[in-house]
Amino acid sequence: MPKRVLILFAHPALEKSRVNRYLAGAVQNIPGVTFNDLYEVYPDFQIDVAREQELLLAHDVVVLQHPFYWYSSPAILKEWQDLVLEHGFAYGTDGTALRGKVLLNVITTAGPQEAYRPEGYNRFTMRHLLSPFEQTASLCGMRYLAPLTVHRALSLASLRDVEPHALLYRRAIESLIDGSLDLEAATRAERLNDVLPAPDAIVASGTATGAL
Amino acid sequence: MHSHFLFQAFVYLAAAAIAVPVAKRLGLGSVLGYLLAGAVIGPNVLGLVGGRTEGSVMHFAEFGVVMLLFLIGLELKPSLLWRLRVPILGMGSAQVLLTTGAVLAIGLLAGLPARPSLALGLILAMSSTAIVLQSLQERNWLKLRGGQASFSVLLFQDLAVIPIIALLPLLATTKTSAVTGHSGLLEGLSAWGKTGVVLLAVGAVVAGGQLLARPVFRFIAGARLPEVFTAFALMLVIGIALLMQTVGLSPALGAFLAGVVLAESEYRHELEGDIEPFKGLLLGLFFLSVGSAIDFPFIHDHLGLVVGGALGVVVLKFLVLVTVSIVFRRQWSDTLLFGFALAQVGEFAFVLLGLSERLGVLPPDWTRAAMAVTALSMTATPPLLLLLHKLPRVRAGGDADRAMDSIEPEVPGRVILAGFGRMGNIIGRFLQANGVPTTVLDVDAELVDGVRKVGLKAWYGDASRLDMLRAAGADQAEVLILTLSDTTKIRAIGELARKHFPHLKILARSRRRVDAYELINAGFEHVYRETLGTSLDMGVDALQLVGFRAYHARRAAFAFRKHNEASMRELASHWGGQNYFNVLRAKIEEAESILRGGGAVLKDQVDAAWDNEPLREEAAKGTLRR
Ligand SMILES: Cc1cc2nc3c(=O)[nH]c(=O)nc-3n(C[C@H](O)[C@H](O)[C@H](O)COP(=O)(O)O)c2cc1C
Repeated sequence: MPKRVLILFAHPALEKSRVNRYLAGAVQNIPGVTFNDLYEVYPDFQIDVAREQELLLAHDVVVLQHPFYWYSSPAILKEWQDLVLEHGFAYGTDGTALRGKVLLNVITTAGPQEAYRPEGYNRFTMRHLLSPFEQTASLCGMRYLAPLTVHRALSLASLRDVEPHALLYRRAIESLIDGSLDLEAATRAERLNDVLPAPDAIVASGTATGAL
Repeated sequence: MHSHFLFQAFVYLAAAAIAVPVAKRLGLGSVLGYLLAGAVIGPNVLGLVGGRTEGSVMHFAEFGVVMLLFLIGLELKPSLLWRLRVPILGMGSAQVLLTTGAVLAIGLLAGLPARPSLALGLILAMSSTAIVLQSLQERNWLKLRGGQASFSVLLFQDLAVIPIIALLPLLATTKTSAVTGHSGLLEGLSAWGKTGVVLLAVGAVVAGGQLLARPVFRFIAGARLPEVFTAFALMLVIGIALLMQTVGLSPALGAFLAGVVLAESEYRHELEGDIEPFKGLLLGLFFLSVGSAIDFPFIHDHLGLVVGGALGVVVLKFLVLVTVSIVFRRQWSDTLLFGFALAQVGEFAFVLLGLSERLGVLPPDWTRAAMAVTALSMTATPPLLLLLHKLPRVRAGGDADRAMDSIEPEVPGRVILAGFGRMGNIIGRFLQANGVPTTVLDVDAELVDGVRKVGLKAWYGDASRLDMLRAAGADQAEVLILTLSDTTKIRAIGELARKHFPHLKILARSRRRVDAYELINAGFEHVYRETLGTSLDMGVDALQLVGFRAYHARRAAFAFRKHNEASMRELASHWGGQNYFNVLRAKIEEAESILRGGGAVLKDQVDAAWDNEPLREEAAKGTLRR
């Protein structure tokens, strides 16, 4: 049975986005994907906890797609976690709703990949910096995958530059839906990008992307 | 005669105007002030007014007690009265019976005849409703448990007067023609018949209050003439007093009952505001006449007897009260308050002593002595309470008790909402939904009626009246919201409230821009233009519908609002001045430039957020590091 994917999308100023909006456009219409645009649905930050929990229950994979802001997510995603991942729902003795589901960060950063190393100017790896998400998944009994990252996001000047990343993202979602992704390898990897076919290969196989 | 009346009125009022402020300043309380002033203008000192012989003044003044009880009734919900049933019936009967028994026993031991001793016991058991309640209310002690117990016992005594009056003729030692108080109408009726009529009268008051009051009040309020409502309120109290008197019940009790029945009516505060000043004046008059009735020559001639007697009675009553309080498991601080408060002999004693003398129950020299003792013990009460006030333990204990079991029917509203039109309606329901106690005032009786049906606390009344604000709880409230449509009126109420209740935070509605200027310039901090919020809501939705992101639209509205608010305040400061139009023109230009998209002010605030352009430039140059 195909898996269902819930994308929690967080970008406070999408009108200024170049990368995330194309990435989003590449995945939001895939059958089996629910695209939840948090800043658009909750511009007043009044998150509807019941609705969000129902969405979680109805899906097998939860994707958090957002730009990297100060080594973490934009604010609304934190608000979402604080409100939706309630005790008794997501964790605690009776909080088993998320057990066995998969959690994945899809992140764009300005910094290059080399910067996210102990020797780099950001001093920590992406997995290090994302450890709060990883541990959140762990407490909720979810499987945490290595993040899908798009570095040097601000240097991607044209649609052509973004396209390979969009296709890679699309590929990742599709393989999560049809179950072809090697979850063990995806858990252990540094980036999800590494366990997926190289972008060029995807481009060759061809599905182009529309804008959001 | 006419000028005599005016002269008397002048003397009484002058005495009150001089003595009461002085007494209050000295911390003695108003009651003692009145009593002393009364003694000074009375027949034995200045002789400006007659003593007790001037029965009409006393009679008139007793009406103050009726009004006092009406007002106290208004503050007591029936449910609270029901909760007080144990102290009323239990402590009340215990107090009356024990005091009577003790006086009787002492009389018998002293070799006095039994019947007069019993009559004296019954009479001395009464305490002074007027002095006690006024003094307790003045100190805010009615809310304490000791105060509630005192109030309950006084209520029982009021009830007990009726059977006592019936009993006195039976105690007569010499045969005299029976004089029954004032129950003229019921003369020919049997005991059952009398009871029936009494019950009927009480039933009429209760039923009338429940069924008739609202439509009648509404009809009268519809005239929108405050003095007509006042007249009606007075008429109501007087009418009930008359009715009760006719059937032989205590008018004060009847008024109290009527008050309780009306306690939940939306006209309560208006009634309170209307009756309050009359009560104050008449009660003052009452205390003055008690003071002037102190029979100094008699006291002078029988100093030992009167002073000793007063002391003995007060001590005896105090001991009885303390015993009762302990039996009913009251705390020590409550017990002390209870004992000190009720230890005097009350004004009923004057009536009962007079009656006893006429009936031949008591010999004339007894009654004269007892009257002097009564007056003296009443005068002693305020100093006794003052003494109690100085005992720190009692005060502390009292404060700790205060939060519970309040005699007030509900938590005073934390918010007073004046005006319940389209705006007030929303605010009121919003506050209600969030559990904030809100008291609504409006002059539209029909509206108030409707509001009550929805379950909100609403009162008919004009918020521009100081007494109305006070009755609505402005002393304890935290916030006053003014949503009336008339800015002049809002300003007037706001200024009144600011003067008398400086702790209140005032939120004022303004209809138009110039109204806002006026209110801001009058020094009101929280001024709300009624159309701003809705207009921006529509603007936000419009932005979204033409394709803006929801979050961006919100932030744009916030920024716009902030800017708009600031420029309004700036314009307000120029309003009416020479410069206004220059500033206005500048503001319009600024607004236009914002509209054209060129103005930096607004766009910057919204657009600088999450802006990547500078970052992209750095990234392109490869300098995006530290
Ligand atoms: C407030 C803010 C904080 C940011 N913090 C980081 C950061 O910590 N590390 C990083 O590599 N890039 C950071 N960036 C750059 C963003 O990650 C980058 O602008 C974004 O991924 C571009 O995607 P977009 O075109 O979809 O907006 C930050 C940008 C902003 C506006």
